[in-house]
Amino acid sequence: MADMMKGNEAIAESAIRAGARLYAGYPITPSTEIMEYMSWRMEEVGGTFIQAESEIAGINMIIGGSACGVRAITASSGPGISLKQEGMTTLSDEQLPAVVVNTVRYGNGIGTLLSAQCDYLRETRGGGNGDYRVIVLCPSSVQEASDLTVLAFELAEKYRMVSVLMTEGALAQMMEPCELPEMKEVERFPWGFDGKYTNKKIGIFDRNSMTEALELNQKYTRVKENEQRWEEGHLDDAEYVFVSYGLPGRSTKGAVEGLRAEGYKVGFIRPITAWPFPEKAFENVNPNVKGFISVEANATGQLVDDLALTLKKAGKGNVPVYCKPYVYGIPGIKVIKEDFEKIYKGQMKEVY
Amino acid sequence: MAKGRKVPAIVDKPMGFCPGCGHGIVIRLIAECLEELEQDKNLIFGIGVGCSSLLGGGLEADRLHCSHGRVGAVATAMKRVNPENIVVAYQGDGDAYSIGLAETTSAAYRNEKFTAIIINNTNYGMTGGQMSNTTMPGQKTSTSVYGRDCDITGLPIKFPELVASQFNVAYAARGSVHNPAHINRLKSYIKKALEAQIRGEGYSVVEVLSPCPTNWGQSPIDSMTRIVEDLIPYFPLGEFKSRDKGVK
Repeated sequence: MADMMKGNEAIAESAIRAGARLYAGYPITPSTEIMEYMSWRMEEVGGTFIQAESEIAGINMIIGGSACGVRAITASSGPGISLKQEGMTTLSDEQLPAVVVNTVRYGNGIGTLLSAQCDYLRETRGGGNGDYRVIVLCPSSVQEASDLTVLAFELAEKYRMVSVLMTEGALAQMMEPCELPEMKEVERFPWGFDGKYTNKKIGIFDRNSMTEALELNQKYTRVKENEQRWEEGHLDDAEYVFVSYGLPGRSTKGAVEGLRAEGYKVGFIRPITAWPFPEKAFENVNPNVKGFISVEANATGQLVDDLALTLKKAGKGNVPVYCKPYVYGIPGIKVIKEDFEKIYKGQMKEVY
Repeated sequence: MAKGRKVPAIVDKPMGFCPGCGHGIVIRLIAECLEELEQDKNLIFGIGVGCSSLLGGGLEADRLHCSHGRVGAVATAMKRVNPENIVVAYQGDGDAYSIGLAETTSAAYRNEKFTAIIINNTNYGMTGGQMSNTTMPGQKTSTSVYGRDCDITGLPIKFPELVASQFNVAYAARGSVHNPAHINRLKSYIKKALEAQIRGEGYSVVEVLSPCPTNWGQSPIDSMTRIVEDLIPYFPLGEFKSRDKGVK
């Protein structure tokens, strides 16, 4: 029987069991329990915990640890993740693996404490200066948050890039049954600094940016080809397909089941990887589909852009794409169903 | 007769500093000290942004070119996860005391057990000589063309004195490269700082007064004279703290 666990604590313990041996960060609601848990737990497993003076220092400590071959993780939210972008682009530049948890909260500037999905575009486009991508994993339950934490480390290590676990304030704070992963044997990455100059480096002014860019593109192509993940339901006969991730994705799934019970032919795609976007899921959609609907917890509609671009690429560019951004919180099954009725009756205009 | 000095083994190729610059002397001293302490193959550098970056292409050593100002944070984690390695933060005054003041000060405040070598040439050298937090009162730079007005820009920061008097650091000193005697004395400071790290005593820092003839608009020799006449009266040389002598 799985124990009840809070989302943040499940992520922290799963990271320890996945081999994380460095945590550095600065507290911010609603991510703070991850840091609090790490402050005592890291010591128990012989790892390093550093309370940094800022998020900027925290992510730079992650760089220092990762450069020495240690599995490293930091967590923050909203404005804290903004401060970490400098380090995330540096990690990407140095091709250092690390896991960054963004416990998304709503708002611009210092924002609010409300659960939301307002950082979708920032995370899926890299976020910092330059031209890079990070792998973005989106859990919709505490169990999935635990599972994806382990996967985040595996993918970061496999591709030597940053993985972002893009969770939401409500998921971080709620408790659900969670089966934790097995404790992993910890080994340093062989390419880390050992003080002996085992792995040669070229001078910083001797780099060939053209070659590096082409190699990075090849890597990102491999990630896009191999690491798309999603959950789907009822796509083969669906006239309308919902696309939604995280907790709104979970509500959407419930709404789809309810609508089908009422006789509507609807289906859903719940992206588990926001980058790479699960383009392959759309190959399974009914060729006679009448519309796609993105359900999001942000103000402007962000996922809907990836949805429209994917449809364009799949040759379904003429199918209407609707978007219902619920701003913050978790849209309930009832409201999603009601808004579907409006779309069905032609009372809501498509976005694309 | 002049005494020959063996080139340290980790010195790989020439570093492209301007004629008369002090960086090369300091890097050479660091390499000599590490070799004499048998730590030159047990070494990780965190390198700042600015002229200090040029160390990156010249030494055969593990090294990471950090984001501007963040060496204090990067080196903190390097030393925490690799406590057996010698970790050296190599930065200029702009990197360490302006954009990186939070990271530099916080590492000293936590008494992180690495060594910071900070080159103070009273300006941002790499970007063409702008005002820094160590620019002297009245000093003309490309962003203080009438001379630094300390009423609105603050007084030059004295970092070794700050951390020696306020924090529990292991070692803090300021040296200079303006003549051979002081170069030798600076070497003894760098060595003591590294020895403090080897003994695990805590944070050690050596600031170095270093000439920047290019941006000072002076000849190399006049630049050395400026250090003696203008800089040392404000930035006194010596050891401000060590575990055996306490706070000076």
